[in-house]
Amino acid sequence: MQFSKVSGKKNNHKVTLYALSTCVWCKLTKEYLKENEVEYQYVDVDLLDEDDKTKVHETISSKGGMLSYPTIIVDDKTVITGFRKDKLKEALEI
Amino acid sequence: MTTLEETRRRAEADAKTYGYFLTPQPELLQGFLEGLKTNEDRYGYPLCPCRLSSGNFEYDRDIICPCDYRDPDIAQYGSCYCRLYVNKQVYESKNLPEVPERRPIEKQQRAYGTQPTIKQVVPQSEQEKPATAQTPKQQATIKKKLWYCKQCGYVVFREDPPYICPICKAKKEMFAEIESSVKFNG
Repeated sequence: MQFSKVSGKKNNHKVTLYALSTCVWCKLTKEYLKENEVEYQYVDVDLLDEDDKTKVHETISSKGGMLSYPTIIVDDKTVITGFRKDKLKEALEI
Repeated sequence: MTTLEETRRRAEADAKTYGYFLTPQPELLQGFLEGLKTNEDRYGYPLCPCRLSSGNFEYDRDIICPCDYRDPDIAQYGSCYCRLYVNKQVYESKNLPEVPERRPIEKQQRAYGTQPTIKQVVPQSEQEKPATAQTPKQQATIKKKLWYCKQCGYVVFREDPPYICPICKAKKEMFAEIESSVKFNG
């Protein structure tokens, strides 16, 4: 699966964002991470092929996440569902 | 191709009919309408911009905007899942609530090719498969039934009865399945 990488000064966490290209809250999450100079990778799930969608399903489910977007996974363990500034701040120390 | 203006007019008219409002923040509203337009151009129906499509109309039916979950979500939280439609109170306060996903997990999973309870039909050849899943990968195997509202008699032919009767606002529990059978004599 091809993730798009966004570089940033804050790269002390591994941040993966599962988004939808049509979703406003996903767009706001991308903007928020960028504003805070957080390095992250993302994928727009609605633009993936079927096999990759299945992989996304497996990954999110295996971390205990829900199939809602945006889903942000920090350091392969902390799952944040939805655009939640408070939770992002806490997990990313921003 | 539908235009953004048409998408907006439709949402405004629908909000008015049901006594709802569109989200009070203009930039969010613009984003929702663009998402709806993109989905309508892509799938042929205005799929919820905040949810993942299966590329199959029958599987997506409950999340075509306005989705099946909007009315119960607005009744409970004051807003739909996306927060495109809100009630008067939320509109005036401009405080958008968090709305959890009400759609059952079995239905969400239909978008991932992981369909434990549904018969999987052989996918089309790899080369024909577009990235955006415009061609339905699987044939719909939804079992539709006739449901009637015990309160007002409204009849609907769908997989599940609505959460709230669109005619008399009765709750889902007021719906019962219409049992039908065909007899062959002689």
